[in-house]
Amino acid sequence: MSAVAPVPGAAPPASAPAAGREQAPAPGEGQGPGQRHGRGPGPAHARGRLTPWLYLAPALLVLGGLLAYPVWQLGLISVLEYTQAQVSGGEPTSFQGLANYAELFSDAQFWDVLVATVLFAAACVLGTLAVGCALAVLLTRVRAVPRLLLMLAALGAWATPAVTGSTVWVFLFDADFGPVNRVLGLGDFSWTYGRMSAFALVFLEVVWCSFPLVMVTVYAGIRAIPAEVLEAAALDGASHWRTWRSVTTPMLRPILLVVTIQSVIWDFKIFTQIYVMTGGGGIAGQNLVLNVYAYQKAFASSQYSLGSAIGVVMLLLLLGVTLVYLRLLRRKGEEL
Amino acid sequence: MTGAGAGAGAAVPRGRSRRRLRVRPWRLAAEGTAVAVALVVAFPLYWMVLSALKPAGEVRSAHPVPWTANPTLDAFRRVFGQQDFGRYFLNSLLVAGTVVIASALVAFLAATAVTRFRFRFRTTLLILFLVAQMVPVEALTIPMFFLMRDVGALNSLLSLMLPHLAFSLPFAVWMLRGFVKAVPDTLEEAALIDGASRTRFLWQILFPLVFPGLVATSVFSFISTWNDFLFAKSFIISATENSTLPMALLVFFDAETPDWGGVMAASTVMTLPVLVFFVLVHRRLVSGLGGAVKE
Repeated sequence: MSAVAPVPGAAPPASAPAAGREQAPAPGEGQGPGQRHGRGPGPAHARGRLTPWLYLAPALLVLGGLLAYPVWQLGLISVLEYTQAQVSGGEPTSFQGLANYAELFSDAQFWDVLVATVLFAAACVLGTLAVGCALAVLLTRVRAVPRLLLMLAALGAWATPAVTGSTVWVFLFDADFGPVNRVLGLGDFSWTYGRMSAFALVFLEVVWCSFPLVMVTVYAGIRAIPAEVLEAAALDGASHWRTWRSVTTPMLRPILLVVTIQSVIWDFKIFTQIYVMTGGGGIAGQNLVLNVYAYQKAFASSQYSLGSAIGVVMLLLLLGVTLVYLRLLRRKGEEL
Repeated sequence: MTGAGAGAGAAVPRGRSRRRLRVRPWRLAAEGTAVAVALVVAFPLYWMVLSALKPAGEVRSAHPVPWTANPTLDAFRRVFGQQDFGRYFLNSLLVAGTVVIASALVAFLAATAVTRFRFRFRTTLLILFLVAQMVPVEALTIPMFFLMRDVGALNSLLSLMLPHLAFSLPFAVWMLRGFVKAVPDTLEEAALIDGASRTRFLWQILFPLVFPGLVATSVFSFISTWNDFLFAKSFIISATENSTLPMALLVFFDAETPDWGGVMAASTVMTLPVLVFFVLVHRRLVSGLGGAVKE
């Protein structure tokens, strides 16, 4: 801990600027051929076999106790009978096998929520990627001032906490006092009343707060493409469109892969926006997604086992996404 | 910013592109679009601050206008007057601050281990860090609740710090790798040859060099912790003095007839620290993401 205090003030060693410069081109280097310095000569750390484990110990301790153990508990609770009686210790827990899952899978609402979650997440991912990529391309076509304006605005949306983003968007679309309905001439149309319009409202907020990451990352990727490559394409007589399709897009693929996967994971796990904007899942639960559904099952109706079983289902689905991601990384021969 | 104009015509020689672009209406259209999009994107934040400054009557007007002639701090006074808003603000800062510092230190050590050493299970560990990012935090609220109850942390700020430390750690490690890797190996060799111990190298050389990266990484742990209302809602049940900012905001928001001026003022107060943090580190943020994106 003591090491923290002196650092910000202390003059960094002479090589600090050099290292700073080394980081700067990092986003682009990903496409360059000479970037795999991981294995290379590398530091010969034969000595001190224990050192890395010593450095890892705090992280492993935290993750083991506060992540792995709860995940294990989640699985455990999902196969037990666990309601208010067991929580308060009034009744012993009893092993249920897969009965909770059977109950869950025979529940029509679960399937409805599952389908809604997948569709909603897919829409959010597509919307975010489309907006983010389009604006990244736009950024490369404009001069400094418009670019700065757009960057600043995006930064603001990016920094906005999900909770406040949600409250602000609900207010913007408020039936009585919001400006959006006035401008669109929608009268006192309530966005949160209908299922689709409520999902649409959340969708807009999610795209608003998540496109900046995609835009900034993809923009950095485009800028990092060496000018010679584009020049060569132009000299070879490639049209604008052809250059874009055959040169730019392939070189951006690693970056696109990462932002896609991150978006899938984030959007599939959406909780705050749905919870705040639709008041805990919408009228009669019409806007529930899995995460909110699990929470409501557990904490609103004390069905902790069912809530945990939903959690396990989510965990498995996300694990599937991760495995696909790892496979894609491996196939490209990327080194971790 | 000399390269600014070259973006569009990178493939074309400079002088020619300039002449051609002047006659081309394309760029003007693109720039018009960019400015329009910027305005649309910024509008919600503008409206938030504006509504926080409007007098109550104007906020509740059926014909809201995008300006106000009588800005007032009434809404902010209401917010800070009601409940222990100041206290919640400090609680939020305390929780987020602790998580940021703890997670930065722990992640720095772990990132150093996985980037500057070769050892068995290194790749397995990296995959585990990646998989750990996928865990749906909200689903773990249930077991986490029981865990916090069993260690007696329920109702205390510790019950908010511990889970967020765990949840922000994997991404922090993942993102920091790029920054740690960027420090040349030769530097380490030179330090060791000069007789510096490994610990000394770690804290007096590597740490200051990676510090900008740590700050950028911290934004994410800060945001996720600062944002959280689920744990606050679930774990702080009876000790309301340990509640956090989002909870206070939602109290305003959830009312039958929300005090929109108050909600917007509270939202402004909650957004501002993050915004400042972001603006300060945004350059590093981009390069950091690049590092995380690289592999």
